[in-house]
Amino acid sequence: MSKGTSIGRVRGLGPAHDGAHHWLVQRFTAVGNLVLMIWLGASLVALPDLGFETVSKWLAAPIPATAMILLVVSTFWHARLGLQVLVEDYVHEAGSKFGALVLLNLAAIGGAAFGIFAVARLALSGAA
Amino acid sequence: MTNRPLSPHLLDGARLHWKWGPHMLVSILHRATGDGLALVGLAVLLWWLGALASGPEAYAQFAELAVTIPGRVVLIGLSWALFTHLMSGLRHFVLDIGAGYELATNRFWSIAAPLIAILLTAGFWALILNK
Repeated sequence: MSKGTSIGRVRGLGPAHDGAHHWLVQRFTAVGNLVLMIWLGASLVALPDLGFETVSKWLAAPIPATAMILLVVSTFWHARLGLQVLVEDYVHEAGSKFGALVLLNLAAIGGAAFGIFAVARLALSGAA
Repeated sequence: MTNRPLSPHLLDGARLHWKWGPHMLVSILHRATGDGLALVGLAVLLWWLGALASGPEAYAQFAELAVTIPGRVVLIGLSWALFTHLMSGLRHFVLDIGAGYELATNRFWSIAAPLIAILLTAGFWALILNK
C-alpha cells in the first residue's frame, strides 16, 4: 500500500466499476413506480368492471394513456437497472457479463417500446 | 476473482452461508420479488396491454386465462411480489436517509414490511373480487 487515500485505492473495484448515478436513477424510477403503481391499482379497483369495453375505453382517454406510458417507461427502466445488478453480482466472466447486459438492454428497450405502442394504438385508434 | 466478499448467494454448496433472520429475509425477498416482477410481471403487463390493443378477442383470451387457477396464482403472486417489493423499497428509502438502523427499529420493520405487504395483497384482491 503506497500512494493515495484509502477511498482512492478501492474506488472502481466493485463489479460495476462505478455506481452513484445508477444508484440514484434506481431511486428516481422507484418513486415513479410508486406513484404510477398506486394510480394503476386504484384505477383497477375503481373501474366498474374489468371487461374489454370498460378497460379499453378508460385506457384510451388522454390522462390514463399518458400515465400508462409513463408507467411502462418507469418500470422498464427500473427493471433494467435491477436486472443489471443481478447480472453484475452473479455473472463474473467479462464476456458473458457483456453479452447478458446486451440482451438485457435489447429486452428492456424492446419491451417498453411494445408497451408504449400498444397504449398509443389504443389511444389513437378512436376506440373511445 | 480475488478474495473480496461475494454478493449474498442463498446457497453455497448445500449450506446457507448467511444465518436466517428477518433482515436477510427482507433483503433477499426484495431481490427475488424485484427480479420476479422484472421478468414475469412486466411480461404479463405487456401481454395485458397487447391484448387490449389487439381487440376484444385477444382480451377475452387473456381474461379467460386470468380466472383459471394457475392464472389466479400468477396474478395474486405478482401482486404479492409488487406489494412486498414496494414495502421493502420504502424501507430502503428510510435506510437511505440514514434512519432506522437502531437494532430494534431495524428488526421491527424487517418483519413488518413483508407482513404489511401480505395485508395489502389481501385487501387489493378483496376489492377486485368483490366488484
